[in-house]
Amino acid sequence: MTTVPVSAAKDVVAPGRGGVGDSVLRPDGTLKVTGEFAYASDLWIDGMLFGVTLRSPHARARIRSIDVGPALAVPGVEAVLTHEDVPGRKVYGLEHADQPVLAIGEVRHQGEPIALVAADHPETARHAAEQIRVGWEVLEPITDARAVIADPDSLRVQDRGGIARHQPVRVGDMVAARARAEVVVSGDFSVGIQDQAFLGPESGLAVPGEDGGIDLFVATQWLHNDLRQIAPCLGLPDEKVRMTLAGVGGAFGGREDLSMQIHAGMLALRTGRPVKIVYNRYESFFGHVHRHPALMRYEYGATRDGRILYADAEIVLDGGAYTSSTLAVVANAASLGLGPYEIPNIEIDAYGVYTNNPPCGAMRGFGAVQACFAYESMMDRLGEACGVGPVEIRRINAVGQGSKLATGQVIDSPAPLADMLTRLEAMPLPAPPDTADLRNLPGGVSQTTHGEGVARGVGYGVGIKNICFSEGFDDYSTARVRLEVVGGEATAVVHTAAAEVGQGLVTLQAQIARTELGVDRVVIQPADNGVGDAGSSSASRQSYMTGGAVKAACEAVRADVLALARERLGGTYEDLSLIGGKVVSASAGALAEIADVLGDRVVEQTREYHHRPTVAMDPVTGQGDTHVQLALCVHRAVVDVDVELGLVKVVELAAVQDVGKIMNRLSLEGQIHGGSAQGLGLALMEEIVVQDGLVRNPSFTDYLIPTILDMPPMRLDILESPDPAAPYGLRGAGEPPTLSSTPAIVAAVRDATGRALTRVPIRPEHICR
Amino acid sequence: MDFLRPTSWEEALAAKAERPEALPIQGGTDVMVELNFGVHRPAALLDLGPVRELATWEPLPDGSVRVGAGVPYARLIAELGDRMPGLAQAARTVGSPQIRNRGTVGGNLGAASPAGDAHPPLLAAGAAYEVESAAQGVRSIPATEFYLGVKRNALRPDELIRAFRLPPVAGPQYFSKIGTRNAMVIAVCSFSIALFPSERRVGTGLGSAAPTPLRAYAAEEFLADAADWDGDLDEAVAGRFGELVGAAASPIDDVRGTAEYRRHALGVMARRTLAWAWNDHRKGALECA
Ligand SMILES: Cc1cc2nc3c(=O)[nH]c(=O)nc-3n(C[C@H](O)[C@H](O)[C@H](O)COP(=O)(O)OP(=O)(O)OC[C@H]3O[C@@H](n4cnc5c(N)ncnc54)[C@H](O)[C@@H]3O)c2cc1C
Repeated sequence: MTTVPVSAAKDVVAPGRGGVGDSVLRPDGTLKVTGEFAYASDLWIDGMLFGVTLRSPHARARIRSIDVGPALAVPGVEAVLTHEDVPGRKVYGLEHADQPVLAIGEVRHQGEPIALVAADHPETARHAAEQIRVGWEVLEPITDARAVIADPDSLRVQDRGGIARHQPVRVGDMVAARARAEVVVSGDFSVGIQDQAFLGPESGLAVPGEDGGIDLFVATQWLHNDLRQIAPCLGLPDEKVRMTLAGVGGAFGGREDLSMQIHAGMLALRTGRPVKIVYNRYESFFGHVHRHPALMRYEYGATRDGRILYADAEIVLDGGAYTSSTLAVVANAASLGLGPYEIPNIEIDAYGVYTNNPPCGAMRGFGAVQACFAYESMMDRLGEACGVGPVEIRRINAVGQGSKLATGQVIDSPAPLADMLTRLEAMPLPAPPDTADLRNLPGGVSQTTHGEGVARGVGYGVGIKNICFSEGFDDYSTARVRLEVVGGEATAVVHTAAAEVGQGLVTLQAQIARTELGVDRVVIQPADNGVGDAGSSSASRQSYMTGGAVKAACEAVRADVLALARERLGGTYEDLSLIGGKVVSASAGALAEIADVLGDRVVEQTREYHHRPTVAMDPVTGQGDTHVQLALCVHRAVVDVDVELGLVKVVELAAVQDVGKIMNRLSLEGQIHGGSAQGLGLALMEEIVVQDGLVRNPSFTDYLIPTILDMPPMRLDILESPDPAAPYGLRGAGEPPTLSSTPAIVAAVRDATGRALTRVPIRPEHICR
Repeated sequence: MDFLRPTSWEEALAAKAERPEALPIQGGTDVMVELNFGVHRPAALLDLGPVRELATWEPLPDGSVRVGAGVPYARLIAELGDRMPGLAQAARTVGSPQIRNRGTVGGNLGAASPAGDAHPPLLAAGAAYEVESAAQGVRSIPATEFYLGVKRNALRPDELIRAFRLPPVAGPQYFSKIGTRNAMVIAVCSFSIALFPSERRVGTGLGSAAPTPLRAYAAEEFLADAADWDGDLDEAVAGRFGELVGAAASPIDDVRGTAEYRRHALGVMARRTLAWAWNDHRKGALECA
């Protein structure tokens, strides 16, 4: 039995009474706005120590020696640990265990953890960490991803060679297609490193248990996968590592990899005291993986009227030093590398490579974002070459239900792309800027223009994203649902290990329980590993997977309750359901209160929910039914550009997205707005600038994310074409808008300026040179 | 770390004389960031918040205005927009509402960052800074002599900044700043202009254009001579003025922008702000006639 820290997660009574389809409010909304929500960084327990991580200042170097003596000598320091102190396995990782818990003999990226300090005050720990003496032999970093592909054997960051994954896609007869092409367009495109830039830095608390195990309170995206990596490194059996989700301040993929979990655990086990680790903003930029930067070469051949005959693409994704999720990111880039278009002949080579650049892994859109910028830029080039407008060129080549993706997988549920484009085009355009208010102009109140040099542009973007894990993963989810009478009222209690990272899953779980069980009162228990795996809060999958699990568990509970009702009512009713707190017969009306049927009985059921099976991409041809579900979003961007100064004001973003079923419109619109804003950031400002493997802007002073004055109002048209394979027919919705807003904005800036703009983020000097 | 809290200007000067190593803190919007990042570990902080004198401003008999170093940007905008339009426009671009509620010109001068937004309009309008020490009393330092290097100013260790002084508004003033986002951004570069039509003179100020904020003297002199002060602005003159402003800069390539872009953008801002100012000046002249 451990003491529970102050500000640990507690049971939450879901607000409102709405079920599936209602815009129910979040339980944590008011708390977050008023500053009362307990984030992982607010965790506190009496007697805790503070952990600090010493990190590498070099992108690539050998460690000749580490002298922890001076740090240990600092009063207040309780422990200083290096890789020699890792109790179990010394490496971990999402897909390959290739990342050292603490550096062993060498470092492969700036910020790689080397040693840990625990002290009674964070300042003491920080000061002590600075006293650790490391003897370095600094090496020339490997930073050119294309050079690694050319010579993977000598440019090795990892022992296994320079290439993490090469995924080809081969379809049709390229030679014949090239011969038939009447129009050929090509381009080189690149994407800088985007950061998740979540506001709540990495943090958590490790509390040693009396049984020699440990309680971890952490902000993460996937408790059970953390556990699978943490337990072996701490040398503990799984059941001795108890994981509870602490308040998550944003994730966007950046919390899929471990950060401080094993470190805090090591310090807690060593000192026998609770240890808290909180990164500051600077450290956070080194504490998580980023979005892979990409170098992309594309060539399309088409008929004169714009029908694509072939596509030839090379996509190079720089994963940095460790594997993280690069293998899956490459699969997305390869399988979705040409977007939602019908293309009969295909040659794609997608690579993920190891370098000494910052480590990259999961971020919202996951490999599909980078490719989307390239293929949408290509669609505009093709349209221009054929004299066909941007909407029409996309419509001509658009997929629909029954079309094949590059992988040969047939889209077997609605994919009304052509219709979505038509709706988007029909939306009214915004009025010209009112120059009387500076905030309407590029530069805003910084007053760089009163209207001089400002030109308007309009652009379109289309994106397709896989929902749920692909390539044979069985990323199931588990839910436990209990129905009991509390204070005279039938109450559903929902328990899952699914991470609420801000996306609204807590709200949705309650909505589903209300709809399925006909009760108002729903309690959501904290996410922990006292219940089965829920899979990751990523790949836009939790509404689908944990939503599906909660629905299944509720259905099982309902069946039990209805059996009890039949027992009690004596009849042989076959048409019973649970509605409005009552057992209702379709023919005979309300028969009993659920609370009366239950009495003091507790009905509890646990269910796992699995999506349909998928297969890995063929290693030679890239073919296979690799994806569970596919989702489309299309954007139109209207921008005003100061062509002389290269400054951009996005005037409006309009989007059409097909979500299958609107589970909660308020939450959904938030996801579309947020995803679009993140895509705007990638288009116009968000980049981790790297030189010789070193990050030049690890702060929010110079890593810019859009403000409310950068993000325009949005026009949304949300379609509901149900996917018969998914719970309620829903389609994952969190990622697709992140894909298409970037190319739409860039296309609009091109329209305004006539510049080629082959790189994102666009910088002013790209426009006005 | 000691935390000194004088409650009057006298006490503040005495404290600074006794502990010259104490770091003054006004709004704290620079100081606290640097403390958080571990840039400084000062032995003592000297909190100027309680010093009431610093948070006031007064018009002087000659029409100039004396503004306490601790008047926050939000009050400059609300109370002094007509008496110092260039500075008020600059203040409007500083950070976010929270930062404008706390941050002050005194702090901007203390930090002396080449990117500080107060400096260009103060240079353009011909400001002087009033600094004081217990031992030596008051000194007035012209803005042009205050900035010595990157984040270095002419303040002596025992001195504090008391106020800044601006001459009466003699003509149109503008401030313009480049950032790669439409709000909450540190200047990639910035420019301020002040016209003194009765003197047939123009003042300029450039930010993030060199190791210190500076004036573009050659551009000022050129315009004073070449412009037809009773007529419309000649486009070629405006263009040349922009070029000379760009040429006055010695910018660097950094993560916020390239030197080449900065020079170009300074030229564009100079040309545009001059056109706005000239337009106002001509309108004013016509209305008077
Ligand atoms: C989020 C954010 C956004 C920002 N945006 C901008 C921006 O857009 N433009 C901009 O210019 N700045 C910006 N800043 C920086 C800062 O807000 C300004 O420099 C502000 O003017 C500092 O004023 P302050 O009163 O907070 O100074 P403090 O932090 O209190 O002090 C700053 C420096 O001045 C010294 N000092 C203060 N008062 C005196 C005095 N009376 N005598 C002697 N020395 C003194 C201090 O010792 C310190 O060295 C931003 C800061 C933040 C945190």
